[in-house]
Amino acid sequence: MIANFGYGVLVITFLVTLYSVFAAIYGDRRQIPAMVESARRAMLLTWPLLTLTAGALIYLLINDHYEVQFVYEVTSRSMPTYLKITAWWGGQAGSLLFWSWLMSAFASLVTLRKWDRDREFLPWVIVVACVTMAFFIGMNVFFENPFAQFYQTFDGVKSYNLKPANSILFTPENGQGLNPLLRHPGMIIHPPMLYLGFVSFVIPYAFAIAALITGRTDDRWIRLTRRWTLWAWLFLSFGLVLGGRWAYDVLGWGGYWGWDPVEIAAFMPWLTGTAFLHSVMIQEKRGMLKQWNMILIILTYDLVIFGTFLTRSGVLSSVHAFAQSAIGPLFFAFIGFTLISSIALIIYRWGSLKSETEMTSLLSREALFLLNNLLFMSILVVCFWGVIFPLISELFSGQKVTVGPPFYERATSPLFATLMMLMGIAPLSAWGRSTVKTLGRAIWKPIVGAVVVTAVLFATYTQKIGALIGFFLVALVIFVTIYEYWRGAYARQRSQGENIFTAFWNLTGRDRRRYGGYIIHISMMLMAIGIIGIETFQVETQGTLGQGETISLRNYELTYREIAQWDDLPSGVNYRRAVLDVYEDGEYLGQLAPRIDYYYDSQQNMTIPGQRSTMRDDLYVLLVDWEPATAAGATFKIYVNPLVNWLWLGSLLFLAGIIIAAWPEKERERAAFKAEARVQQQTSAAD
Amino acid sequence: MGSSRTIFYFVLLTLVLAGFWTIPVSAQGPTPTDDEVNRIAKQLYCPVCESTPLDVCPTEACRQWRDLIRSMLAEGRSEEEIEQYFVEHYGARVLAEPPNRLATYLVPAVAILLGAFMLFRGFRMWMKPSITEAGAADAPPEPEQDPYIAKLEEELRKQK
Amino acid sequence: MTDTSPPAPRRGVPLWAQIIIWVFLVGLLAIVALGLRRAQQGTVQPGQAIDNFTLPLYSGYELDGKSEIQFDDLRGKVVVINFWASWCKPCEQEAAELQQAWTEYEPTGEVLFLGADYVDTEPEARVYLKKFGVTYPNGPDLATRISQYFRIKGVPETYFIDKEGVLQYVQIGPFTSLEQIRAQIDTLLE
Repeated sequence: MIANFGYGVLVITFLVTLYSVFAAIYGDRRQIPAMVESARRAMLLTWPLLTLTAGALIYLLINDHYEVQFVYEVTSRSMPTYLKITAWWGGQAGSLLFWSWLMSAFASLVTLRKWDRDREFLPWVIVVACVTMAFFIGMNVFFENPFAQFYQTFDGVKSYNLKPANSILFTPENGQGLNPLLRHPGMIIHPPMLYLGFVSFVIPYAFAIAALITGRTDDRWIRLTRRWTLWAWLFLSFGLVLGGRWAYDVLGWGGYWGWDPVEIAAFMPWLTGTAFLHSVMIQEKRGMLKQWNMILIILTYDLVIFGTFLTRSGVLSSVHAFAQSAIGPLFFAFIGFTLISSIALIIYRWGSLKSETEMTSLLSREALFLLNNLLFMSILVVCFWGVIFPLISELFSGQKVTVGPPFYERATSPLFATLMMLMGIAPLSAWGRSTVKTLGRAIWKPIVGAVVVTAVLFATYTQKIGALIGFFLVALVIFVTIYEYWRGAYARQRSQGENIFTAFWNLTGRDRRRYGGYIIHISMMLMAIGIIGIETFQVETQGTLGQGETISLRNYELTYREIAQWDDLPSGVNYRRAVLDVYEDGEYLGQLAPRIDYYYDSQQNMTIPGQRSTMRDDLYVLLVDWEPATAAGATFKIYVNPLVNWLWLGSLLFLAGIIIAAWPEKERERAAFKAEARVQQQTSAAD
Repeated sequence: MGSSRTIFYFVLLTLVLAGFWTIPVSAQGPTPTDDEVNRIAKQLYCPVCESTPLDVCPTEACRQWRDLIRSMLAEGRSEEEIEQYFVEHYGARVLAEPPNRLATYLVPAVAILLGAFMLFRGFRMWMKPSITEAGAADAPPEPEQDPYIAKLEEELRKQK
Repeated sequence: MTDTSPPAPRRGVPLWAQIIIWVFLVGLLAIVALGLRRAQQGTVQPGQAIDNFTLPLYSGYELDGKSEIQFDDLRGKVVVINFWASWCKPCEQEAAELQQAWTEYEPTGEVLFLGADYVDTEPEARVYLKKFGVTYPNGPDLATRISQYFRIKGVPETYFIDKEGVLQYVQIGPFTSLEQIRAQIDTLLE
């Protein structure tokens, strides 16, 4: 009953989005404002409708309705309620619905804003948003119905969207349960964050397309979507970091990022998004790069869809469970359609997108931003090539190959290093015109500071050349950023008579985007410390220990104390938990307890590391093997991951930075709009 | 003719003897430690699971491959020989990188250089109109913003 | 993708650039499309003539003393190729049945069973073969060439090829009974 209701509402939502598309186009072509208004209201309706659908699905998930195929696949009786809810995005059909639901929330939000002054964008924003939504909802309606139910017919039990003739509903006793890897808190919030990032990039894309179609290709669309872009970037970045944390905590390979195609699929839109975030500033300040910004946002949008496609269509792995699903070709068709039509549009409007001003110096800030864009694009090219190469190799030489971390690390590390260098120089250069002299005057102090730091590290911490270069760049960027910050605050202190802290505070408040950006730069550098640490200094060892035996790594000694195995029947998990005493240079630090959790419903093991985390390093212990029968001992794998905590610290600061940059500035914004309107009147009157 | 054949047999004999000589020595060596096995397994990929290095892969099949590495190490085989064996038996996909490095790195490198070239050509074209005055490197800095924005800011100030 | 904003303060995009852009784009989409088709393709379908392949054999599992099989040499016999691995649990379900079928059909001389050991280690494979008393020719699928040719989706999978070298039936997953194997072979022998 509920399932049919949910499916019904889903179908209605699908029709509503289609109506919205047609009404918007029709209303715009025939100049009927009422039609456009009707399309707008229809789009507004999608969110409540999808919320209803989602409510129906959650009801089914919570109440163990295993006659519904999706519920059967992702939940089981032993799962706690909160996991049954989050199982919503734990499977193909549900996560598609989740995607559409988030998308509709953004679409509805957009329709609610004041459209007075950009009426001509409205129909086309609606078209883009609703076409995207219709595509995703259509997937659910026609191919991946989360409400499909099991029916028993003469041919056996199969799932159907609607009750076939001569059949009875079939309800399995219990479900298969969620993949244990997805039961971790990190995995519960990681996909929503990533999806939020993905869908919120649709909004700037929609505005860009609207600008291209209407021919209003000035930077209005960028000003309108600036904040959307920042939030999109926030979610996407946070989603990526959470994914890394999740991998670190549950995948049991002692790392946070494995250059897996699935990870790269989410990383690629982040790269173009980041490039976009920088290059829009050039357009705003200097009126240049209009064409390039359009290309970037189109790329971001299509990489979002492409990423979703890669992870779901089974192109990358021929043995993937989704491989036979019909959604692969449809995703492909959708990517082809959006990419080709967007590029065609941009070519059509190319002439009207030309720059207003000229580049004056290779050291000006806009030139450096362009270099930054080049670097981000280069990293994208490396990533894209790495993902696509196995495909090409198999097609043309019949040879299956792996493109693994060594390729990515070798190819991207010089690019990342250059990017860091740029991060050090760019904040010191001015818009329009900078020279070696002015730049040199500003940068010599930070350089001296960074050299001192590197020298100290060389003497006390490491002699590895790669790491030293990395640390030098980190120090340089941090010093430059702090120096810039301090210069601003100092000037303010002098001119306004504020004390230095108030000056800092007000400075940040005055130009949130700039100083939020600086905080993001610093946080990136903290993250870089963690990455350099784990990449260059990670050590590991593995050994089988009898009780009371000791294994040592770096300064640590670990003594195997005991192991216990027990069943937690209500949750359907079997735990094997080993306890080790940890000593550092002979001094007792405490105990670590790595585990192997076995989930009865999905018949899968999870390896949960025992971790001891400090700013200096993480001690990370895995229980690799233990057979109660042999009782000879247990096998442990131990990692020391230096500095990795800086990564997580940096990501927290990163969040703070983006929130500062993206926080709405109501008063000033409104004033700015008024001012802008007045200037426009004046300039148009002058024409 | 005859002498070259003699040399050939001599070389062959040496090789065979060398082979016989190394095997018993290494067979007497201690069983390789987990760390030695992992060092090699880290560089190889599981042939059945997608993109999982062999040293961290928890499946039964991977455990077997690690045992294989261990026994090959015990036989005194070198790292290259083990990698070679894995490629012959399980295909090139066990390597962390495609065997043909050139093709792998060439395309992105060319693409990046092409991008860089286009960017610098772009710079040159942008700067052409001002190239004559660019000789005077220390020209006074331009006003930071274009007139439109400056006017905007001015209006903003009036608002306060 | 590396196209870094040609500044060109002139009207429109020059034709040559448009051509390059579209060729690049279509090429990219074509690669993805081909990859997708490959992923969506199932195994080799019945009715297709199977090309020659080479299967080296484990010692003790040779065919007439030869340590290597050329598929083309087997014309005139019904060939049953079973893909398996020692780490594959479902394979164990059918191992005994396959061996029994082999003992039944071997005397006729018209049928040949081949075991293609998919990414496996030899010691473990031998333990497995011994455990189930397998006697038909078996060998490693070197560098997964044969399984890639058949586009297997997993193990076990069994391919029935008629006397003319044409694939006639594909069994995905283990056989549940000896009867199933017999039925396929018998239709091919008629």
